[in-house]
Amino acid sequence: MTDFKIVVCMKVVPKPEEIRVDPETRRLERSQVRSEFNPPDMNALEMALRLKDLYNARVIILSMGPAFFEPYLRIGLAMGADEAFLLSDRRFAGADTLATTYTLAKGIEKLGHPDLIICGEESSDGATGQVPPGLAEWLGIPQITLVTDIEMDLEQRVVRGRREVRGGHEMLEVPTPAVISVKTASNEPRFMDYEIKDKAFKQTKIGVWSCEDIEADEGYIGVPGSPTIVTGFEQATIRERKREFLPGARDEVVRRLLESIQDYL
Amino acid sequence: MVASLYGVEDEQKAIWVFLEQMEGEVERVSLEILSKGRQLADEAGWSLVGLLLGHQVSDQAERMVAYGADEVWLAVHPLLEYFTVDAYAHVVEQAMLKGRPSVFLCGATPNGRDLAGRLAVRLRTGLNADCTDLRLNPENGMLTSEVTGFGGGVLALLESPHHRPQMSTVRPGVFPMGEEDPNREGHVHEMEFELAEGMIHTKLIQRVVGEGVDLTQTPVLVCGGRGIEGKFDMLQEFAHLMNGEVGATRPPVDEGHIERERQVGQTGVVCRPKVAFACGISGAFHFVVGIQDADIVVAINSDPNAPIFEYTDFCIVDDALQFVPALIEAIQMDRATAND
Repeated sequence: MTDFKIVVCMKVVPKPEEIRVDPETRRLERSQVRSEFNPPDMNALEMALRLKDLYNARVIILSMGPAFFEPYLRIGLAMGADEAFLLSDRRFAGADTLATTYTLAKGIEKLGHPDLIICGEESSDGATGQVPPGLAEWLGIPQITLVTDIEMDLEQRVVRGRREVRGGHEMLEVPTPAVISVKTASNEPRFMDYEIKDKAFKQTKIGVWSCEDIEADEGYIGVPGSPTIVTGFEQATIRERKREFLPGARDEVVRRLLESIQDYL
Repeated sequence: MVASLYGVEDEQKAIWVFLEQMEGEVERVSLEILSKGRQLADEAGWSLVGLLLGHQVSDQAERMVAYGADEVWLAVHPLLEYFTVDAYAHVVEQAMLKGRPSVFLCGATPNGRDLAGRLAVRLRTGLNADCTDLRLNPENGMLTSEVTGFGGGVLALLESPHHRPQMSTVRPGVFPMGEEDPNREGHVHEMEFELAEGMIHTKLIQRVVGEGVDLTQTPVLVCGGRGIEGKFDMLQEFAHLMNGEVGATRPPVDEGHIERERQVGQTGVVCRPKVAFACGISGAFHFVVGIQDADIVVAINSDPNAPIFEYTDFCIVDDALQFVPALIEAIQMDRATAND
């Protein structure tokens, strides 16, 4: 194994289609909701595993959340990651982007000096896309976001990424270590490898780290470390539509439709 | 508790808007935010300041006054010609520490998000990303940002009461753009700042940017989903006849039938056309939010129970692969007759 080390930040999220707002309490109803790996993070893991295939890199999964994340992290191990760590501490809860990126950065520092930190483009629950640049800022290293493909130059210690921008793309190069965010759906995540699945689920130990383990400042984590407060939730309302079914044979419907929309064009 | 680099006590009652430019042209989303910023500033009696970084962009600074800015802070440097997050974050940070605005807004574009994400950490403040609405309380100067989460089904209201600036990135297309008024008066302030090559670690090797489509501005949007089986040529022909653009749900984009910049919905573009057509689309909520601001929605789906019909004005139960060609033919016939 080379000394090329990659940390992949992964999150477990509630399935978005199952979330509701309680109209009385205005709180999110999460109790009945099933969870999954944040889909964009699967693309991040796949990108890391491809680099492992190419360069024999060591791939470490890092996540922050409650203990029930553990079995999900094992899915990542069964896909081919070498190690997994979970930052889990009641005091981490209630973190906004600032506190989350701080906590993850402290976890990454504890992991030693990775060459790359790869994240998904955004999370499907918060969808802010602000973790990768925030993480890069805390770590004081460069970033390339929204990347569909990367190539490494291990000699020169640089990474080149193809970044999606409006109407096209750009090719950027930054020195490593660097933070990369992967454009959603830019690769096809692999299935679990059944030869290592047993080991991943039964033997591999997942490191669980508290605030003290990563030497985090309590004022920077969880609620005290979060400038942002949520003052309310609302169920998104969609404007009422006419819902008028146009009757008749196809030709008649075409006629009716063209007449109906004429006034709006 | 974590404290921001400057606080509520020493803030300036001002809304700052980052004016993103590409090749010397200010992006539309920045003008949309200027327009919203003007309204909020007027309600609160605050000033509206635009922040423009670039190389040859001085002419744009004057234009931003016409679009509503009371003041434009202009940073000119060859190293600012193209966006790199290193250079831009460095200069914007210096501007913020001098100007100490209460509110800082920028577009939720790839570059805007990169910049805001780093700046918020550097300034130790909160960041509300991809906002769909903004309110400013004239009494206490509190900015409330509305964001959508969980696939668009839930709205959350966010505030950052004790940290400055109050930062939000704004989703393109949610605010209408204001009118340019050449008689408006304002002041362009050329900034002094530090920037050197050694501060920039990002190397731009190549840039391939075509025309790019802007679905947020099209009057007619023709969207296709799984049900059109990749036949986007047919939708293109129809859209062309209607003077519109083609959009898509996520599956055809993932399958490579159409470019990602044409993806409509929560993770794509939110459009406000006069008429939106949904062809062969079942109607998942995260798609529907992308056309909720259309004046009229037409849906064509062979399944009468498809959820899309809940969000539709004119519902057509038919196979889109059969119906759309019939529609194209009828329009062509009408036009041929009109021309005779």
